[in-house]
Amino acid sequence: MSGDRRYGVLAEFASPEALVAAVVRVRREFRDVEAFTPYSVDGLADALGVTRTGVPAITLAGGIVGGAGAYFLQWYTAVIDYPINSGGRPLHSWPSFIPATFELAVLGAALAAFFGFLFLCRLPRLRHPLFDVDGFDLASRSRFFLCVRATDPAYDAERATLLLADSGAVRVLPAGVS
Amino acid sequence: MTDESALAATPVLAGRYTDASITDKIADIVLVRPAHWGWVAGAFVSGALAILFLVAVSWLFIDGVGIWGVDQPVAWAFAITNFVWWVGIGHAGTFISAFLLLLRQRWRTSVNRFAEAMTIFAVAMAGLMPILHLGRPWFFYWLIPYPDIMNVWPQWRSPLIWDIFAIGTYIIVSLLFWYMGLIADLATLRDAAKKRWQRVVYGLLALGWRGDARHWARFDSAYLLMAGLATPLVISVHSVVSLDFAIGNTPGWHSTIFPPYFVAGALFSGFAMAITLAVPMRRVFHLEAFITERHLDNMAKLMLVCCFIVTYSYLVEIFMAYYSADPFAIAMVENRMGGPYAGVYWAVVLCNVVVPQSLWWAGVRARPVALFAIAIVVNIGMWLERFMIIVTSLNRDFLPSAWHIYVPTFWDFATLLGSIGLFVLLFLGFLRVLPAISIAEMRKLARDVGAER
Repeated sequence: MSGDRRYGVLAEFASPEALVAAVVRVRREFRDVEAFTPYSVDGLADALGVTRTGVPAITLAGGIVGGAGAYFLQWYTAVIDYPINSGGRPLHSWPSFIPATFELAVLGAALAAFFGFLFLCRLPRLRHPLFDVDGFDLASRSRFFLCVRATDPAYDAERATLLLADSGAVRVLPAGVS
Repeated sequence: MTDESALAATPVLAGRYTDASITDKIADIVLVRPAHWGWVAGAFVSGALAILFLVAVSWLFIDGVGIWGVDQPVAWAFAITNFVWWVGIGHAGTFISAFLLLLRQRWRTSVNRFAEAMTIFAVAMAGLMPILHLGRPWFFYWLIPYPDIMNVWPQWRSPLIWDIFAIGTYIIVSLLFWYMGLIADLATLRDAAKKRWQRVVYGLLALGWRGDARHWARFDSAYLLMAGLATPLVISVHSVVSLDFAIGNTPGWHSTIFPPYFVAGALFSGFAMAITLAVPMRRVFHLEAFITERHLDNMAKLMLVCCFIVTYSYLVEIFMAYYSADPFAIAMVENRMGGPYAGVYWAVVLCNVVVPQSLWWAGVRARPVALFAIAIVVNIGMWLERFMIIVTSLNRDFLPSAWHIYVPTFWDFATLLGSIGLFVLLFLGFLRVLPAISIAEMRKLARDVGAER
């Protein structure tokens, strides 16, 4: 097999079990490996060596910023900038500040979770070399893909092709950078 | 998972499906299949009502809130009743999608997407209502804190300010949660679409999702966190809505039971609306294999649970009035049960307490038509309940000289019916442009169910 393999070598699998088994095997030789599935496959992230997603820390930070910001805004406006004596209640009437603080903490955390997820995935990215590979559209339907990246220090296109074909792939395809 | 035989009898997924056949069955509703006559008829009727809504709102903006029956002391009537009702309906969608995800309930998979859509459209309707009922709706943004040239800030001790934060956060988080779950399915539609404009539109919305396993890991993590955030959020939102009432000293509102009472009522009406939408939807789009009798049964059981919390709240309200020995509280309860709006009160009891008792029978829960009818009754009952809470508490204030009987006008009804029409129209539109069931999650469910067989 030849063709443009400057992005890597892509292999198609028929089942998630076959993919996970192939990932375990291929990762003994190549570290820079990507997998593509039509749904979240249990155990695949472990096989790929993903230990931390980074999303929880960003979410926590977003929640703290949202909550602290909301409380500060209420305290500053009610005590410093626009103090109103409302029936003799203390200006810093903190129990009344809790609802908006809670809501904005949730909002900050949710926005951070969503945009943090997109940022960590480097999405949106409408163009990608793999979209040019014929048949890759099945990754959003019924097929499971594994790609050995050309950026791997041990990358050898011929070796990767042989290894993938031997790991139960339905077919092996070149992935170029058009 | 105690009763395995019952589980096998009514599965969460009927029939055998592969990844490809699930994709086709759900995506074809959007991409290929022509509109069913039931959909067209529904769109026609709801479209007519949506036009009525447009007319009612336009006339409201031209002539002012005087076109409604509101007058002191009943300044809150249909608009706020509609508001509370619509927000409440939204809550069941969040409950199904977020809370059941945290509890790893598998039956959630095929109902979460349309339930979330229901949430978004219901909260959109709810958000309109308080703005419409403002005498000067163009100043609604004064509720939002921003450094303005008037040097004025919102009054943070007012529950109406808490409300805008609660509702605003709720609609944004619901949209994000819904959209996030949609991304993978939008990529499926992008890859399955034949028409160029569909590929472009779905392609842009899918943000270039390619199913990378590392992206899936981050997705799972973020999605679970969002569910964990949405669950307390949904409870806080309706608690804040109830505080709009409970913080005031009006008899019938000034009660500590209001937050849990309102949250239970919200879920009650929300499950009723989810059943109201699911029964015709699964029939028209032939989704009986995905939304099985098991799903309807589970939602009916949850409705029954909510019915009991709501019933308890009704009883506690009466008990607390007499136990407190407060003459105003007692007068309010007696006004509710025997005053000019007594018919509303007893209709609420009939709709929300008596009729749902039929859900004890498994035979009733197994009949979609019967469930649909009960759900409609509960929807009506929950609307009447909010009307009862608002109007019967206001119409006889502390001063008898201020008493006033509120009578709704044509425009009150036009706003209510019109908002229902717009909601249904939006929902019908959603069914034709986005997958009504999460395709990616159904593939996983089919694998799991297949592996267990």
